[in-house]
Amino acid sequence: MTDTTTKTAAPAAPVSPDGRPEDPTIRTMLRHFVRSDSATGIAFVQVVVGLAAIWTIFAVLNHNFLSPGNLTNLSLQIVAVAAMGIGVVLVLLLGEIDLSIGSVSGLGATAMAALNIKLGVPALLAIALALLGGALIGLVHGLIVAAFGVPSFVVTLGGLIGWQGLQLFVFDYTGAMNVSDPLLLGITGTFFQPWLGWLLLIAGLLIRGALVARVRSRRAKAGLVNVRPWVEGLRFGIVAIVSAAVIVMFVQDRGIPLAVLIVLGLILVMDFIARRTIFGRRIYAVGGDAQAAGRVGINVGRITVWVFMLSGTFAALSGILSATRLQSVTQGAGSGDILLNAIAAVVIGGTSLFGGRGSLWSALLGALVIGSISNGMDLLALASPVKLMITGAVLIAAVIFDASVRRRQAR
Amino acid sequence: MSNPLVSFRHVSKAYGAVQALDDASFSIEAGEVVALVGDNGAGKSTLVKVMSGTIVPDTAEILVDGKPARIQHANDATALGIATVYQDLALSNNLDVVANLFLGHEIHGAGVLDEVEMERQTVDLLGELAIRPRSLRVPIGSLSGGQRQSVAIARSLLGDPRMIILDEPTAALGLAQKQQVLDLVKRMQTRGLAVVLISHNLAEVFAVCDRIEVMRLGRNVASYPCEENHRDDVVAAITGARTISAAASS
Repeated sequence: MTDTTTKTAAPAAPVSPDGRPEDPTIRTMLRHFVRSDSATGIAFVQVVVGLAAIWTIFAVLNHNFLSPGNLTNLSLQIVAVAAMGIGVVLVLLLGEIDLSIGSVSGLGATAMAALNIKLGVPALLAIALALLGGALIGLVHGLIVAAFGVPSFVVTLGGLIGWQGLQLFVFDYTGAMNVSDPLLLGITGTFFQPWLGWLLLIAGLLIRGALVARVRSRRAKAGLVNVRPWVEGLRFGIVAIVSAAVIVMFVQDRGIPLAVLIVLGLILVMDFIARRTIFGRRIYAVGGDAQAAGRVGINVGRITVWVFMLSGTFAALSGILSATRLQSVTQGAGSGDILLNAIAAVVIGGTSLFGGRGSLWSALLGALVIGSISNGMDLLALASPVKLMITGAVLIAAVIFDASVRRRQAR
Repeated sequence: MSNPLVSFRHVSKAYGAVQALDDASFSIEAGEVVALVGDNGAGKSTLVKVMSGTIVPDTAEILVDGKPARIQHANDATALGIATVYQDLALSNNLDVVANLFLGHEIHGAGVLDEVEMERQTVDLLGELAIRPRSLRVPIGSLSGGQRQSVAIARSLLGDPRMIILDEPTAALGLAQKQQVLDLVKRMQTRGLAVVLISHNLAEVFAVCDRIEVMRLGRNVASYPCEENHRDDVVAAITGARTISAAASS
């Protein structure tokens, strides 16, 4: 998110966090929220406004849409897309694309199920091996892209076809597999008591508060300008209120879903890595201008390989989450529209298709948008042709928005 | 011209049958601004690439602080305190000023970026050079060309070089922005840096330089102090209308 500035104790040069020379008015503040200036920020407000519009429409058309039961279902429905979306964000930030993730998710689910059911491998080990397989597939894609300079589009298109073939090959011996291991079913079937939600929320807010306070005091000591306290407080409050509302909603139904906690935790971790570590900074740099990144000594190939490995891992995880929710793995696992849904979700969520601009949160927000449309239209019993056309229109609107932001930035 | 900081002598480089550099030479003192001018194909760029280590010459005699040195790679030049700002700047337009300044050399603890320290050093460095970007935290692509050029130059100063090579720093800039960059050159000079300025624009060259070296067909053909009354001589030397020995410089 962008920062807003104060002029108090400003040094000679206008060098506040967002160093605008003018004092921030309500208008400039609003502009910051609406329009995302920094590479790591996404146009948060547009997505939230869009989501609110979608929810309003469906709530009017069907009073069950906003019920805690349906919203909990919606949360579980989007978990797989959001998990896959984490990898998509990273790959798009790098300025590449990974079309193999659908097939890799199917293969990951197949591998996990076959290991667990047919070979009797313990559930956790089966999951670990499936994730490792996803990482290795990503390693192969990344090495080909980095070493031969082949466009990732082509490499992963080959992957899309090839890994699906391997999945079908496995199924030649087994047929559909029903997941019955209680540990596996528990991943999407476990709901926690309210107290755990509140405990996590309070712990999270305390940690965030402590980190913000530490950064603020360090900035003050270094003579740098801090964001105004009330802006910081506003952000803090928004996070607290939204989180509390989500917990209240879950509590009214079955409880806090474990699968949602897993995906939220992964997004938090990956968001930290993307925005606060050298590795993340270099992903953005390569995605912004690979040649310039290479000139300052960044090993573009190594970053590429790592990102494709992460993409493969998250794709396999997505397949595993799907399998535990659907309680079975079939030949068609991962071959449906999940690939396109994951990429569409991330783009709708505000991550640029052109590289170097976006946020991990777009995986969650976009999955929520796509999932809401799909869930709402199911409630209205709309036919799937209509669903496809509406989803397509939303995606195109999001991409037009992305392209126009990009043009304005390039000036 | 007693003690040059860096001097290159007998530099030759052939690309097949084309003699890009033919026994060229170049030397510069600390705190001196030397302009390198010449027509297209005169050998300026090749000489710059030799100095910055991106190409290895066929023959060369390099002295740094009067001691023989070798430059086989860009890292060698960096180690000797020679920094180069190329025409295309190599900035990441999606990242902000702070991120660009430290790109590839981020300050970190266990891989986690130390944004506060990087921003503090950015403020110090830019303040010292009187570079005032519109903001440190907007994507650098949204800044003006002059500010981007200034940031690229500031980045090359982070490694504490003693000599900085600017390749056509004003080529794509408007009038006011050109002036920003030229002012920056003067400030670097007062910091004691040796500045090599490659430019086509004689007016701006004369505004900042101490000495002007003219190259033609891979050789140094003339050397003048930067005084307005030598302007016609420089033009004549560039075009080859007149060749004056550069004996005075050696």
